[in-house]
Amino acid sequence: MKDIYVDDFDKLKHGERRLITNGRLEIGVFRVKDAIHAFLNVCPHQGGPVCQGRVMPRVEEHLSDDMKSVGMSFSDDEFHLVCPWHGYEFKFQTASHVGSSSISIRRYATKVVEGRVYVSV
Amino acid sequence: MDEARDVPEFRSFGGNEPLSTESDTREMLRNAAKYRDQKKLNDYFIVDLDTHHIETGSWNEIVEFIEDPILREEALSAKRKPESRLGPVLFHANGGMFSQSVSGRIPHSNLASGEPRDDLSVHGDVVPLRRAMDSFGIDRMVMFPNALLQVGTHPNVKVEVNLAFAYAKFMTEVVLPGDPRLKTMALLPFSDPDACVRMIDMYGDHPSVIGFTITSVRHNPVHDNKYMRVYRMLEERGLPLSFHAGYNWQDGYLRQLDKFLTMHAISFVLCNMVHMTNWVMHGLSERFPKLNVVWIESGLAYVPFLMQRLDNEYLMRQSEAPLLKRLPSEYIKEMFHCCQPMERTNLKLLEATFEAINAESQLLFSSDWPHWDFDSPSIITDLPFVSEQGKRNILGENARRIYKKL
Ligand code: FES
Repeated sequence: MKDIYVDDFDKLKHGERRLITNGRLEIGVFRVKDAIHAFLNVCPHQGGPVCQGRVMPRVEEHLSDDMKSVGMSFSDDEFHLVCPWHGYEFKFQTASHVGSSSISIRRYATKVVEGRVYVSV
Repeated sequence: MDEARDVPEFRSFGGNEPLSTESDTREMLRNAAKYRDQKKLNDYFIVDLDTHHIETGSWNEIVEFIEDPILREEALSAKRKPESRLGPVLFHANGGMFSQSVSGRIPHSNLASGEPRDDLSVHGDVVPLRRAMDSFGIDRMVMFPNALLQVGTHPNVKVEVNLAFAYAKFMTEVVLPGDPRLKTMALLPFSDPDACVRMIDMYGDHPSVIGFTITSVRHNPVHDNKYMRVYRMLEERGLPLSFHAGYNWQDGYLRQLDKFLTMHAISFVLCNMVHMTNWVMHGLSERFPKLNVVWIESGLAYVPFLMQRLDNEYLMRQSEAPLLKRLPSEYIKEMFHCCQPMERTNLKLLEATFEAINAESQLLFSSDWPHWDFDSPSIITDLPFVSEQGKRNILGENARRIYKKL
């Protein structure tokens, strides 16, 4: 296991990413709010470049007390990584597909030491 | 990454930006190119029976080829002034045509790609198609348009006929000469059988027109007697007839489905189910036994459903379908089915489907690139229950067997 320096925490804004490769592995390192997440750039669906997809807030549907749908909105708290090949959406928190927890992308451990972001490979 | 002196072997890539509508197809499909090499896909002869040529961006060139002077003038009115902001006149897209990318989540699915096109020796539309063929390891790409697949719902038959001919001329004179690997199955202006005959006469011998297509989004019963000479002509010439599915959000039941997802899921299957049912139960397979019929872009899961459903009802009401000499499913088993979008969330069901449709000899690979639900060739090589020869057949040899011009 080796810690790879990625960038300074302050240089990554919410929703931004750093894409790094050693020619064999491709890893996307994301800042979402104040957390850092790193994933392999391979989607479990058909192998698409999931880390090169958009970061999108979760779409939520709201129900009234009597179970009527009262519309949809974007979440302020939950964000997803969307694979650009076919749109599978993965939760940053769990690395699993929003609609099926058995489908996951590969996560790498990250840490921030003295303002520097590292991913463990 | 400039400061990453401690780990010099890692570097940045992709500009740290998500892929977009402007991205180069080769970058979008970089992972596909890796699988092409890992899985040795270049050792297979791969025919993609369904790719989409994005006609949207070339609309004003296509309409130049319209034969009817009145319609041509109408279509060209959009470009009388260079600064005209008029949309593509005569472009007949059902609602939702531009909602394919799920609000930009799936950028390659946008219908007007801003991808840079560097090779000026060919028409600009050829460039992204070549990049896709090379990335996937595809040897022949058979192209269909997008909105033009819905032209059969235009209330003016003249528009359907004129656009079908204009598109065939544009493709054969402008796009197809750009790469010998590119092919098409010309659209039959099916609302007008005389025009269908003329289309087959004009393009039946063209080396890049490998067959003809009925765009399935329409309300023309395929067993109508007026079409028999069209089918006879194709059978005599050994040219396959394909049915390319599409959606029609305006259609009765589908108007209740208010999400693109739900409408798309049902609509692409429904149109082909209706035509397949009429084809089989009116004995068209008995009448034209040598005509190869190909069903495109409805996935596969619907086929065993329809086989069972029709068999079950046929056995109780055989007198309504006297031309049949066998069970409906036996005719469907002899047809050809394109796999995309291949439903594979339950591999056991998929395996049963493969068995039901005789996939090793009847299934044809299709990608549907660049649409949002495309399949890459590795979905076939990755299947655990198909023989190596079966994979070769599905990826290209089955197509080569029935399409003589491949
Ligand atoms: S490869 Fe990621 S969604 Fe299909």
